[in-house]
Amino acid sequence: MTKPFEEWDRPRQAWMLSGDCRGVRQRTLLLEMTTRALFPTVLVFSVYLLLVGHYGPGGGFAAGLVAGLAFVLRYIAGGSDVAVRVRPPVLIGLGLTVALLTALAPTLVGAPVLATTKLALDLPLVGHVETQTSVFLDVGVYLLIVGVVLDLLRSLGAGIERDMRDAGEPR
Amino acid sequence: MLALVAAHLVVAGLLPLVSARSTRAAFGVAAVLPAATLLWALANAGPALAGGLDETTAWSPALGLELSFRLDALGLAMIVLVSGIGAVILAYCIGYFGSASPAATRSAALLLAFAGAMLGLVLADDLLTLYVFWELTSIASFLLVGQGGEKREERRAAVQALLVTVFGGLTMLLGFVLLGEAAGTYRISEILADPPRGGLVTAALPLILLGAFTKSAQLPFHPWLPAAMVAPTPVSAYLHAASMVKAGVYLVARLSPAFADLAVWTVPVLVAGVGTMLVGGWRALSATDLKRLLAFGTVSQLGFLMVLFGAGGRVAAMAGIAMLLAHGMFKATLFLTVGAVDHATGTRDVRELSGVGRAMPGLAVAGALAAASMAGLPPLIGFVGKEAAFEAFLHGTVENWAVAGGLLLGSVLTVAYSARFLWGAFARKPGRDATPVHGLGPALTVPIWLCAAAGPVLGIATPIVDAEAASYAAALPGDPGYHLALWHGFGLPLLFSAIAVACGLALHVARARLTALADRSPLDAQRAYEKAIAGIGRVAVGITGRLQVGSSPAYLATILVTFVLLPGVATVLAGAWPTSVPLYHDVIQVPLAIVVVIAALAVTRARRRFTAVLLVGVIGYGVGGLFIVDGAPDLALAQFLVETLSLVAFVFVLRRLPAHFTETRPSRRIRVPKALLGAVAGFAVAVFALVLSAARTEPATTSAELARLAPEAGATNVISAILVDFRALDTVGEIGVLFVAAAGVASLVLATRHDRRRRGAPVESGQSTPRHEEDVLG
Repeated sequence: MTKPFEEWDRPRQAWMLSGDCRGVRQRTLLLEMTTRALFPTVLVFSVYLLLVGHYGPGGGFAAGLVAGLAFVLRYIAGGSDVAVRVRPPVLIGLGLTVALLTALAPTLVGAPVLATTKLALDLPLVGHVETQTSVFLDVGVYLLIVGVVLDLLRSLGAGIERDMRDAGEPR
Repeated sequence: MLALVAAHLVVAGLLPLVSARSTRAAFGVAAVLPAATLLWALANAGPALAGGLDETTAWSPALGLELSFRLDALGLAMIVLVSGIGAVILAYCIGYFGSASPAATRSAALLLAFAGAMLGLVLADDLLTLYVFWELTSIASFLLVGQGGEKREERRAAVQALLVTVFGGLTMLLGFVLLGEAAGTYRISEILADPPRGGLVTAALPLILLGAFTKSAQLPFHPWLPAAMVAPTPVSAYLHAASMVKAGVYLVARLSPAFADLAVWTVPVLVAGVGTMLVGGWRALSATDLKRLLAFGTVSQLGFLMVLFGAGGRVAAMAGIAMLLAHGMFKATLFLTVGAVDHATGTRDVRELSGVGRAMPGLAVAGALAAASMAGLPPLIGFVGKEAAFEAFLHGTVENWAVAGGLLLGSVLTVAYSARFLWGAFARKPGRDATPVHGLGPALTVPIWLCAAAGPVLGIATPIVDAEAASYAAALPGDPGYHLALWHGFGLPLLFSAIAVACGLALHVARARLTALADRSPLDAQRAYEKAIAGIGRVAVGITGRLQVGSSPAYLATILVTFVLLPGVATVLAGAWPTSVPLYHDVIQVPLAIVVVIAALAVTRARRRFTAVLLVGVIGYGVGGLFIVDGAPDLALAQFLVETLSLVAFVFVLRRLPAHFTETRPSRRIRVPKALLGAVAGFAVAVFALVLSAARTEPATTSAELARLAPEAGATNVISAILVDFRALDTVGEIGVLFVAAAGVASLVLATRHDRRRRGAPVESGQSTPRHEEDVLG
C-alpha cells in the first residue's frame, strides 16, 4: 500500500500509452510520442469546439468526431490493448439519455419540448459566463458520437484484429 | 372506469411480488379486484340500464385522442361474465395450482391482466380504445396458452391462436378506420346514435366481421379454439369459454343495432353462425377428451350467439343476452368440473373414466345442472334463452324459417353432446372398473357450485334478466310486448324445445354408430390452416431468394437504376433548366475541381482497393475545400472529420480483404454495362444538381430570417442555432438513428465472435451464448 501524500499522483490506469505495445516490429516510436502529446490536446480542443459551437464553427457533432479521432490516433499508435475503460454502448446510451432528458426537461416547467433558455452566471475569477440550455443537447450529441467512434474501433478495429489472429494471419 | 381497468393492470404487475411468498395468496389477491368490479357494476346497474354511464378522460387533447368508457346493459352483462366468473375462477385457481407449480406465478399475473384488458374491452366507448384492449386480450391468450413454451404442442397452439386472432384484429382495425372516417367519429355511442351509410361502410363491415369471427372461433377459423385447450383448465374456462371468445360476439352485439338492416352485415353473420353451430356440435360428438368436447361445444354455442345478436330483432337480441349469461355460467361450471375430475382421477379421457359420478355425487349433480342448462331444460336459464331464440325466428320469411331449422338442428346436437359429456365424465361404463378417485378440497368444489347454482337461480329470476335484455334490445325493431319467461304456454317454441331434447337423447343412444361417422370428415379446417401457413412460408422463401441474391453489384445496380428512373423521369418532365450557369465564381474553385475530377477518373481505373479508398478520400477532401471557398466552414469541418473517420474505417476493413478487386480482369461483357450504368447515374446526379439548384422560386428570405433569429436562440452561429434550437427535434431523431446504426454495426461484426478477454475461459461459439451477448454489449 502506498502512503497518503507520497504517491498520490501515481497514475492508477493506463491513461496514456503504457509500456506494453503490440508486436515489437510494428512499434513506431515517433507516432507513439506524438500521440502522447497530441491526445490530451486534441481532447481539450474538442471540448473547446463543443462550447464554441454557438458562436463559430463547431458544435457537438464536430467536437465528438474530433474527440473520436483522438481515440483513433491512440488506437493506431498503441493498438487494441490500449482500451478505454468505459464501454462504447454505455457512452452511446449516456449521450442519448442526456439528449432526451434535455429535450424533456422544459416540460417540467410547463414549456414545450426542446424549448431553450439563456443561462447566465457570474463566476468568481472567470467573470460573466453566458450560455444556452441547448448546450446540454450538444453534450449529448458529443457523448454519442464519441461512443459511436469507439464502437467502430471496437468492432472494426479490435474485432477484425481478433478475427485475423484467430485465422492465424499476420497482422 | 379507467381507474378500475388501470388498477387491474397495475396489481397484475405487482402480483409476482405476492407469488414469491405464496402462489395461493397471489390468486386470492387477484380475485379481489374482479369481485370488486362486479359489485361496482351491480351497484351502478340502475343508471346503466336506464341509459348508460359515460366517462371520458382526455388523453392527448391536441390530437383529439381521448379514452371514453361507457357502462350500459350489454356492458353490464359482459361484466357479469368477465369479472363475476373471473373472480370465481381465480378463487378456483387457489385449489387447482399446486403451491410449487411454476406456472402459477405467471398465470396469476396474466389472468388478472387479462381480466383488466377484457374489462377495458367491454367498457370502451371508442373504436380505437376497443381495438387496443382487443389485442391485449389476444396477447394474454397467447401467453396463457403457450405457458412456459416447453412443449411443442403448447407453442403451436399458442401461435395458432395468436396468428388467427391477430390477423382478424388487424383487418378489424382497417374496418374501424373506414367506419370511423365514414361516421366522422370513433365514439361508438355516437356511431350507434347516427349510423353512417355508404360505400365506405359496406367495405368496413366485412372487415370488422372478420375480426369478430376469428376472435369468436367462427367457421372456418374455429380450429384454434380446440387447439388452445392445452392451456391449464382454469385458463380454458375463463378465456376460451366464458369471456375472451365472447369478444367477437360482443362486438357484433354492440354494432348490430346500427347495421342489422344491412345485408352485408346480417348475411355473413347468419350463415357463419348457423354453420359454426352445426359443425361445432357435430365435432363435439366424436371428441374423446372432455375438454375438447367442451371446446367444440363452445364453438357451437358461439355460432348460436352470433346468430342471435346478428339477426337484429328485438326478441333475438333478448334471447342473445339470456344465452350470453347462460353460456358463460354453464360453460365455466363444466370446465371447472372437468378440471376437478382431472384433478381427482388424473385423466379426462372419456374412454378411461368410469363410475366417477358414484364416487363424487356432488360434483356430478353440479355438472348435470350445468349440462341441463346447456341442453335447454326448464327451469334453467338455458331453457329461457332457447325458447326466446325459437320464438324470434318462427315467424315471417323463408329465411327466418331456415335459420330456425338450423337452430333446431344445432340444439339437437347440443342436447346430444351434453348427454355425451355427462355420460363420459360420470357414467359407469360396462366392462370398465371404476376409476380410482381421491377427494377434493372445498377450494375446488365451492367455486363450481357457485357457477352451477347460477343456472337455476337466473332461471327463476328471469325477470331480472328480462329487464337487462329489454334495456339492450330497446333500440331494435320487433314485438315490444315480448318478455323473457319460463312459461309462455304451449306453442311452436316449446314444441321445438321438446323435439330438440327428444332427438338429442336419441342421438346419444345411437352414439357408437354416430362417433364413427363424425370422425370421418372430408374437410378439415385445421389442415387448411396448416397448409395456409406452410404456403405463406414457401412464398416468403421464394421472394427472399429472388430479392436477396447476395451480390453487391446486383444490389447497387438495383439502387442506381431506380434512382435514375424515378427522380430522373420526374426531373426531365417537370424540371426547369437554369437560365445561366456560371462556370465558377472564384478562381480557386478551378484547381480544386480539377483535383476532384482527376481523382474521380482515377478511381475507375484503380485495381487495388487501397488506392481506390485513398482516391475517394481525395475527392472528399476536395469537396470539403470547395465548401470552404463557398463560405461554409461548419460544413467543411464536418466533411473533413467524417472523411478522415471513414478513411480510417475503410483501412480497418481493408486488412481483411484481398488487395485487388478481382483476381482476373473481368470480361468486356461485364465491364461495359457496369461502366455505362455508372456513367449514366453520375450524369443523372449532375443534372439533378443543376436542375434542383434552379428550382428555387422564392427569394432566399428564410436564411435572412434565420440569421436574425439566431442571436435570440443564444447563438451567433446560425448553423448551430438550427441544429440545437430551431430544428432540435431533427437532431434528436438523427442521433437516434446513429444509435441504431452503431448497434447494428457492432452486432454484425461481432456476431461471429466467440473468444474474449476472460483469461483461460473455454471458448464458446454461437450467437446466443452469453459470451456473444457480452461481446455485443461491450
